[in-house]
Amino acid sequence: MEFFMKNILNIVCYLPLVGMFVLLFLRKENAIRWTANIFGWAGFLASLPLIFAYNNPRYLDTATGMRYLFRTDWIPSIGVQYYFGIDGISLLLILLTTLLGAIAIMSSWTAITTRVKEYYAFLLLMQTAMLGVFMALDFFLFYIFWEVMLVPMYFLIGIWGTERKLYSAIKFFLYTLAGSVLMLLGILALYFHHYSQTGTYTFEILQYHSISLPMELQQWIFLAFFIGFAIKVPMFPFHTWLPDAHTDAPTAGSVILAGVLLKMGTYGFVRLSLPIMPEATKFYLPYLMWLCLIGIIYGALVAMMQKDWKRLVAYSSVSHLGFAMLGVFAATPVAMQGGVLQMVNHGISTGALFLIVGIVYERRHTRMIAQYSGLSHVMPLYAAVFMIMTLSSIGMPALNGFIGEFMILQGTFAVDELRVYAIVAVSGIVLGAAYMLWLYQRTMFGKVEQPENERLADLNWREVFTFVPLIILAFWIGLYPATFLRYLDEPVNKVVERVRGPEFFRQAEKGVLARTPSNPAMAVPSR
Amino acid sequence: MADYFWLIPLFPAAGFALVGLLGLYSNWALRHKLNKRFVHWVAVGVIAVSFFLSCGAVIDLYAARHQESLEKVLFVWIPAGNLPAAGGLARVQAEWGYLLDPLSAVMILVVTGVGLLIHIYSTGYMWEDDGYYRFFAYMNLFMFMMLTLVLANNYLFMFMGWEGVGLCSYLLIGYYFDRKSAGDAGKKAFVVNRVGDAGFLVGLMLLFVTFGSFQYRDVFSAVAGFAPETAALGVLSLICIGLFIGATGKSAQIPLYTWLPDAMEGPTPVSALIHAATMVTAGVYMVVRSSPLFGRAPKVMFVVAVVGAVTALFAATIALVQRDIKRILAYSTVSQLGYMFAAAGLGAFVAAIFHLMTHAFFKALLFLGAGSVYHSTHELDVMKMGGLKKHMPTTYWTMLVATLAISGAPLLSGFFSKDEILWQAWNVHKGIWLVAWVAAGLTAFYMFRLLFLTFHGKERFDTHHPPHESPKKMTVPLVILAILAVIGGYVGLPAMIGHLIGVPNHFEHFLQPAVQAPEGVEHAIGESAFQEWIVTVLSILMAAAGFSVAYLFYLKRQELADRAAKAAQWAHTLLYRKYYVDELYDALFVNRAKDLGNGFWAFDRKVVDGLGVDGSGRLTLWSATLSGLFDLRVVDGIVNLVGRTTDAGSRAMRRLQTGLVQRYALVMIVGVFAFLSLYLWLFRAAP
Repeated sequence: MEFFMKNILNIVCYLPLVGMFVLLFLRKENAIRWTANIFGWAGFLASLPLIFAYNNPRYLDTATGMRYLFRTDWIPSIGVQYYFGIDGISLLLILLTTLLGAIAIMSSWTAITTRVKEYYAFLLLMQTAMLGVFMALDFFLFYIFWEVMLVPMYFLIGIWGTERKLYSAIKFFLYTLAGSVLMLLGILALYFHHYSQTGTYTFEILQYHSISLPMELQQWIFLAFFIGFAIKVPMFPFHTWLPDAHTDAPTAGSVILAGVLLKMGTYGFVRLSLPIMPEATKFYLPYLMWLCLIGIIYGALVAMMQKDWKRLVAYSSVSHLGFAMLGVFAATPVAMQGGVLQMVNHGISTGALFLIVGIVYERRHTRMIAQYSGLSHVMPLYAAVFMIMTLSSIGMPALNGFIGEFMILQGTFAVDELRVYAIVAVSGIVLGAAYMLWLYQRTMFGKVEQPENERLADLNWREVFTFVPLIILAFWIGLYPATFLRYLDEPVNKVVERVRGPEFFRQAEKGVLARTPSNPAMAVPSR
Repeated sequence: MADYFWLIPLFPAAGFALVGLLGLYSNWALRHKLNKRFVHWVAVGVIAVSFFLSCGAVIDLYAARHQESLEKVLFVWIPAGNLPAAGGLARVQAEWGYLLDPLSAVMILVVTGVGLLIHIYSTGYMWEDDGYYRFFAYMNLFMFMMLTLVLANNYLFMFMGWEGVGLCSYLLIGYYFDRKSAGDAGKKAFVVNRVGDAGFLVGLMLLFVTFGSFQYRDVFSAVAGFAPETAALGVLSLICIGLFIGATGKSAQIPLYTWLPDAMEGPTPVSALIHAATMVTAGVYMVVRSSPLFGRAPKVMFVVAVVGAVTALFAATIALVQRDIKRILAYSTVSQLGYMFAAAGLGAFVAAIFHLMTHAFFKALLFLGAGSVYHSTHELDVMKMGGLKKHMPTTYWTMLVATLAISGAPLLSGFFSKDEILWQAWNVHKGIWLVAWVAAGLTAFYMFRLLFLTFHGKERFDTHHPPHESPKKMTVPLVILAILAVIGGYVGLPAMIGHLIGVPNHFEHFLQPAVQAPEGVEHAIGESAFQEWIVTVLSILMAAAGFSVAYLFYLKRQELADRAAKAAQWAHTLLYRKYYVDELYDALFVNRAKDLGNGFWAFDRKVVDGLGVDGSGRLTLWSATLSGLFDLRVVDGIVNLVGRTTDAGSRAMRRLQTGLVQRYALVMIVGVFAFLSLYLWLFRAAP
């Protein structure tokens, strides 16, 4: 147990990789499927103790506020360390990754029939790479995981994808690579600047959280990082790889892409751009906000006019991620908490929506909206699940989407100079309802007009189980978000303090509620 | 019982969960529909429990006059971080908390009472329907959300109920989802409401920034320190504008009323419960709940009153010529809601709630009556009915009561509540009074038109299937509502009659602590009993006029109606086509949004992808080809040139290396000869 907890990050990160190697020795397809599923869910279970022991002081590094540190020299001559550690932000994203990873594996059981071994091997490799990104506290390590992730996804789209899969795979790969090369330049610039100032070489990310860079350098590095992350998020105008990749990827690939991969970009902003280059962030803030707003509205309008069900969901991601980024850039505690929460929410709702498309695609081999109508007659349970996830996606109160959206909007609105952005962003909730409900109406309502659809099977048990955790989470976050928000308070406040300065928190607490003693719901349970 | 009032919304929630989950499960796993009796025992049962709990709680509250409100916080729903607000930092926090005060007491009684009757009615109306469990699950969910809306103790939690009732409205409008029109109507209702909600949300955010809290308690105590914004539009006015935009969406006022007539696609009990008695009144409730805010924003109040009065008249004119019985009632609802807003805008918050209550009784009754007619004739067009009176006596008599009540016939509930609004309008603003007064006449006209066309005159329906009275399950609720429509007004007798017989206005006394009338309004009321009598008589005359014209047109001399319609053909068409507002909105907003979407998509494909991404791809290819050519032609060209030169040189040289001794000898001799000659030629002049 002790060993497990000491190495928990390594175990969570590499368990899928171990699974991948185990798969290589198996021959029977069903054995491969079972093994992959077992490793997927084992990975999720292994990540749960991260929550339970979160407040155990033994795993907390008081100097950095990071938890479960694992740190050792790797290439000392150039200051590279093997350095893992997480805080509340990465905690939520890691849990999202392990859960969605397991669900993605489970959802592929019947969908994938060719090259089964390679498929699951790539999925598991993917999992390790993504988890590594959220855990790494060393630029070098971070960059390695960031790039490793590209390879399995490239093959997943290119081999098991549909239609223009090669185009999409190459577009995805080259686009992201172009961004990450710029990011690498930024990292190296930081690295050498740090050396020239202090005389030591280090890639340690947290070291850079407290240095102050000259403004001009900040601006350049910010731009380099921005392009790298904005492509990943994706933000307008770097978003066009997303609809292609999401549409042509196999279902599990889309779930992972939308659910986790995009969050690497948003996470990059929170972990790297904002705290390392706070002044540049403020300098570019109006432009960044406008890009977010364009993403919200543009994504929603384009989504509305799609004829392809999956592409519609893909474009909705552009809109949702616009919201998440708005919250992050607004850099008030509430907005940023909302932004991070919205990353998780988007993973849940859009992940589920891709699974939903995948289910009818597997049965009918078409994604054209016009090919479906009146499905709630033949697939009532499916229709109910789709309704819940639609509502989650459009921000219905009592479901998860609302909490995130509201916090982002309220948090942005509270800053005088950002108020106008919040007001414009509110229009996104109208458009969101329009495109999702129209999609729902076209596919689920009406009569069954295509003879092929008359005998479509409703969800089976396995499919129900893929949705259950997502539905539970959607309601959980919607009804009692305190469980999740309590992990965000401290790390988010740190970033906010870095961007907005410590004065921000020194304003007199004049609000009516601030006078009441600390909120019991926010107290992190101690063990 | 009052201590357990927080259970009131939770029972319907439990009913929803039970019926919904079991229904889905049995559909999916057991392949048969959930037992219908089970469904309605659970669904109606939980509402009955809520109703009795509400009665108990309200009686307790009424008895304990000193204790004006009860609060119960179940848990903290949204605990977020600190934000700059109210001149400092404030914690963004919303409770899952319920508040029972006189205002919410009236609302829960109306909601659970009318709700219970409509649930019972639905067991008859929906009995043949396949989606029985689905219907009742949605209805229970609606009751939960509506009760949450009226019982919430803070704005954000109220917003949850607010959006939740909108969702249920969407689900129930689209209940017959086979029909495209039903799906369209549901979507329209949701999206139009969302437009209003966007305004509501902005108002809410500004409210937090101003007061640092969403709690009614905190907001209303802090707002006491604000002066009324009489001169300019201050922050309170902006908040109120935002909230009122939300109200125009939910309560179907100009400009966001267009969804309500379409909402008639839903089953009739839904129209009665959601689109007449309860949900659509949420906007009125919200404005009255926020009376301390609105009271300090007189300019916005005036806007509210004008929007209300104009909507009352506007919708009434459309109702004059419609043929679909439910649409007539829908426009009537829009119009009556307009009265409520007019009242609220004029500062008569109690009158607004009073009319809300009486309207809930008679309008629910009218819809249920229409449902009863539809149940037996399967017809909605009043032109294809007629003479139903003798076939459906209970339905007829109860509908007659409701029609009298809504028209303002003396001593029925609608008379008292509408009269109070008109009296208030008379006092505050004569122009608004005039508009409302004319609308009252129109109301009497279109309602009696409906009644006469449906129940009197020639039988225009298909006589092969003679209509029949509806089952007891449906008629009993009708009778109870009819009784309420008669006596419901006596809880709030107007001052003039109250003085006469020595009965105070209980309703006003009860509500008083929960609403804050703006300064100056209280004094205006009840100053002159004589004037009040004049106003009353005028409204009675107006209603009588409306009735008489309807009587003349649709009972006595039908040809007059046709002649009138012909004479003003353009006006008739304009009204019948509802002023073309739907077409206008489609042209202005819906189609433009679609165009924009298509345009942006084309931009994505042509510019971002075509020029940017694929363009740079092509650029790379092209430059690669170019550098390939460069390699081939220039770099390799040079290399090859060297090679070829060498080759050519070697070829030339090879000639020398033939291996023939004679040739070598020849070359040697020629060489020697040549050099010798050269030597001689060069040095010939030397000596």
